[in-house]
Amino acid sequence: MSAPTLPHSSPRHSEPSNAPRAGARPEPSLWVYLLLGILFGIILTKGEVISWFRIQEMFRFQAWYMYGVFATAIPTAIVTVQFIKRRQLRALSGVPIEIPPKEMGSGTRYIAGGVTFGIGWAFTGACPGPLLALIGAGVPVMAAALASAIAGTWVYGLLRERLPH
Amino acid sequence: MLIQLMGPWPWYVTGFLVGLFPAIMLIVGNRLLGVSANLRHACAMALPRWSDFFRYDWRSKGAWNLAFGVGILIGGAIATSFLANPDPIALAPATQASLGALGVHDLTGLAPREIFSWQFLTTLRGAVMILGGGFLVGFGAAYAGGCTSGHGLAGLADLQLPSVIALCSFFAGGVIGTMVLIPMILA
Repeated sequence: MSAPTLPHSSPRHSEPSNAPRAGARPEPSLWVYLLLGILFGIILTKGEVISWFRIQEMFRFQAWYMYGVFATAIPTAIVTVQFIKRRQLRALSGVPIEIPPKEMGSGTRYIAGGVTFGIGWAFTGACPGPLLALIGAGVPVMAAALASAIAGTWVYGLLRERLPH
Repeated sequence: MLIQLMGPWPWYVTGFLVGLFPAIMLIVGNRLLGVSANLRHACAMALPRWSDFFRYDWRSKGAWNLAFGVGILIGGAIATSFLANPDPIALAPATQASLGALGVHDLTGLAPREIFSWQFLTTLRGAVMILGGGFLVGFGAAYAGGCTSGHGLAGLADLQLPSVIALCSFFAGGVIGTMVLIPMILA
């Protein structure tokens, strides 16, 4: 099987080190991603990150808990991802790991979209990952919030050309 | 071991485990961690007409992400079925007082039953909190090009300035929503 490439990744210059290794393994199956999702969901739930109460605590600056989670998660993520980049590690399938950069544009989308998102995060106490975890964790009405979130994304798709980015 | 798993996890354990995920996704399949793209995939699947934003092959681009999303839902179920903490969350007394002033007294579970019930959803206040909140999450995540995991974890891990701006804006919106809007809605 030939090395799979991400649809939006731009091919790098053909340095020999970027060519897929001989005997490259296939893409992981969807079951692997399902399993990783299960682990992520367990961690989010057990870590109380999906708790509406914890989110209230955070946005009211009344407890360290959520700040502690972020203050540990972000450095861990930076160190591990930067290690991968510096060492130019390959994915298990043998393809070089590439992270597409985000376009800055005017920056408006990150501020306007971000503030909009944050208000919704405060109301529901959940961002998209926790929204899914909460449905599984016995708050079935969150399915209505999820449906509404899909509707929100759909409306953005309609208005996208008219919004400043 | 199981007792420790079932009790509340310290914040640094949760933070460390969550923080590993951007790297895990890169190593496993050269994928960028993110959840909100699933909202877009759902639109591409169900109603792709009227916008180029949804005209792409969601199967090749999004199947892995959808599988990951379904996994999160199952993970939530496993965590509350087999690893549930029997005690309520140790919420800060100041937050208990603030919420009590808003009429939220039941502090058990993951979300207040007084708000997140089918019955409350049928009221105007409930619809604003649940449907309005969900809509803003979906619209905002698509507009900002990512959510807490895509920007807050994956984007920050790659030291992307747009993600730093996005995460700060998430917080600004969250504080406005919590301090200004929620008291207006629930009062």
